[in-house]
Amino acid sequence: MMEKTIDARGVYYRLLNDRIQEAVKDGATKIILTGVNGQRYIGTRVDRPVEIEIEGVPGNDLGAYMNGSTIIVRDNGQDAIGNTMNSGKIVIHGHAGDVLGYAMRGGKLFIRGDVGYRVGIHMKEYGANIPILVIGGSAGSFLGEYMAGGILVILGLNRKPGEPVAGDYLGTGMHGGVIYLRGNVDEAGLGKEVAVFELDAADEERLEKLLCEYCRDMDIDYEEVREEKFVKLVPVSRRPYGNLYTHA
Amino acid sequence: MGSQGGRARNWADGRGEGNMSLNYSTPEFIIERNNDRCIDCRVCVTQCANEAHIYDEEEDKVVSDDMKCINCHRCVVFCPTRALSVRKHPLEYRENASWSGHDINTIYKQAASGGILLAGMGTGKKYPIYWDHLLLNASQVTNPSIDPLREPMELKTFLGRKPETLKIENGRLAEKLPPQLELEVPIMFAAMSFGSISLNAHKSLARAAEEVGSFFNTGEGGLHRELSGYGKNTIVQVASGRFGVHSEYLNAGAAIEIKIGQGAKPGIGGHLPGEKVGPEVSLTRMIPLGSDAISPAPHHDIYSIEDLRQLIFSLKEATNYEKPVSVKIAAVHNVAAIASGIVRAGADIVTIDGFRGGSGATPLRTRDSVGIPIETALAAVDSRLRQEGIRNQASLVVSGSIRNSSDVVKAVALGADAVNIGTAALIALGCHMCQKCYTGKCNWGIATQDPNLTKRLNPDIGARRAANLLRAWGHEIKELIGGMGINALESLRGNRLMLRGIGLNEKELKILGIKAAGE
Repeated sequence: MMEKTIDARGVYYRLLNDRIQEAVKDGATKIILTGVNGQRYIGTRVDRPVEIEIEGVPGNDLGAYMNGSTIIVRDNGQDAIGNTMNSGKIVIHGHAGDVLGYAMRGGKLFIRGDVGYRVGIHMKEYGANIPILVIGGSAGSFLGEYMAGGILVILGLNRKPGEPVAGDYLGTGMHGGVIYLRGNVDEAGLGKEVAVFELDAADEERLEKLLCEYCRDMDIDYEEVREEKFVKLVPVSRRPYGNLYTHA
Repeated sequence: MGSQGGRARNWADGRGEGNMSLNYSTPEFIIERNNDRCIDCRVCVTQCANEAHIYDEEEDKVVSDDMKCINCHRCVVFCPTRALSVRKHPLEYRENASWSGHDINTIYKQAASGGILLAGMGTGKKYPIYWDHLLLNASQVTNPSIDPLREPMELKTFLGRKPETLKIENGRLAEKLPPQLELEVPIMFAAMSFGSISLNAHKSLARAAEEVGSFFNTGEGGLHRELSGYGKNTIVQVASGRFGVHSEYLNAGAAIEIKIGQGAKPGIGGHLPGEKVGPEVSLTRMIPLGSDAISPAPHHDIYSIEDLRQLIFSLKEATNYEKPVSVKIAAVHNVAAIASGIVRAGADIVTIDGFRGGSGATPLRTRDSVGIPIETALAAVDSRLRQEGIRNQASLVVSGSIRNSSDVVKAVALGADAVNIGTAALIALGCHMCQKCYTGKCNWGIATQDPNLTKRLNPDIGARRAANLLRAWGHEIKELIGGMGINALESLRGNRLMLRGIGLNEKELKILGIKAAGE
């Protein structure tokens, strides 16, 4: 394993990404970025799977279109993490912003804390490419909007009693994939395209596998997470707008 | 020549809605079969995917159902004895200047279904076509015209950001230019997705683009693996559904286009119906078989010009700053200010689609009432970018009913760098403008995924025809600009003195930035 440390303090994002790409070309398999402060698109240009460890807060579009790399962020993240990501894994140990995992096609995005609005919009899946997004805290409105595939898990850890795990319009326009929610869901806040169900054996199996990995990465007690019940949200139709049109 | 043959038939399946109510629909077209010529060979029966022609076994006779006819001319072209013709149905409503038959029929359809009216191709409403109110100049006496048959003419066009100044050392460029697209003719094929049109149609356009030195555009449907060899003539599109978008795809083409809007449906997204999502479309878009492919109305990661800048540069990052990025918008009221924002957001090409632009499926009311003509949008955008001193920072590509080479020349004189053609390209492939693309039953093998229909379009022939069209227009453009005494298209770009308006009012002339004929 070849490790390379890059000091990102005061370095413009494009130059920083040039340096990361140089390190990748030189054969680095693990890159440690120190002093990161808002630089965008980290991991986007990387054309060979590597491991990137970030100290500080990376900027928007972290790991956009990413293909197979692993990114670990010890601090908070910003907006649009994992935008249209194809494969690989991003772990954020703090909170993260809006529009996370937009149109994700594969890979894993794990967030320890809370997330903002419009998270997990239009995730999609094909065959074995199933994107997975796990949120430890709570989410804002429009979580999983237009979701077309993949798995979204929201744990709502550390929320105050009575606080919802997600905001309004949860799963609006959803037509594929599944959302697992820890705790109860207020059905009045749901999009009309989804319905709430109990977990079956297959759900239990994949949730356990997934949560064990998440808890290991985040250093959380798995048993504690499972103390509260999970429900699942799935679309009532793969074609929610099939009857919307008539031929002129 | 009765359309039903000699025998009374029950057409209830075409018009009934259960036993209780009629849907009041009447045929739009009448199929005229000359029974003296018809030899009951059943070619029309096998050719019609709409099942408008039926073989009646009992009578041993081919008959037709007008109700199902969409007037695509497939049967007329294929009838070996020229026995068939299709006409507008003579049935008329009592005349009323406020209520056309179309107005009445659409109400019947919505009353029967409760659905949004869906339409295909560009608007058919009688809005002014400004191309037809623009006249081109020619040289007489005071400067010589140029004969393109004898003298070298230059149509070569480069699309992309141009620097403020060029630094030249020892006769060579000292600094690298931003990435450019190089076109031999200023005409590209407009974005049409695999899904909305067939793979054979995509193949035809890709090959024609390669042959002539232009580009085809994937639309928002991903790039089929069989087209990966045409990368240097491909523009890959990124739209709100992000179908088929991954780093390999982004790097597969010569440029990337962010689709914000489309002239035929400004402000709304797209739904590719599950029926069109077969195994190949499913694989190319990376979505499950038979599921609707929904492109949301906005990109949910773009709510501002700043967000657009973020997406543009994420794409540049993903492609190592080696490819120009285009942003495509529909021509809407504030198009000039929006285009200025797009240029400032870092786009290398701004593509503007006028309200007469085509679509495989668009809500009728949106298509027919939203947006503005491309001619006025182009004039406004070019003027605005010049006023702001940023015209060099992006190329302008326009589309939305470019019908012929003189439309192209007029667009260039109004300020366009190049044009996109969609409808014209499909017509070259054999489209007969029946405007029913959204049914998935295109008898010409273009707007369909049905393998029995797609095989009707031979990509070798399609490529030749599409390439022929670009070449023919290229020759005509040379003739037209040669007549003006111009030997390079570059010298016509934004040269509005070569245009005069006819039948336009003062305001229109001002917006178009041209003088009236005779001035």
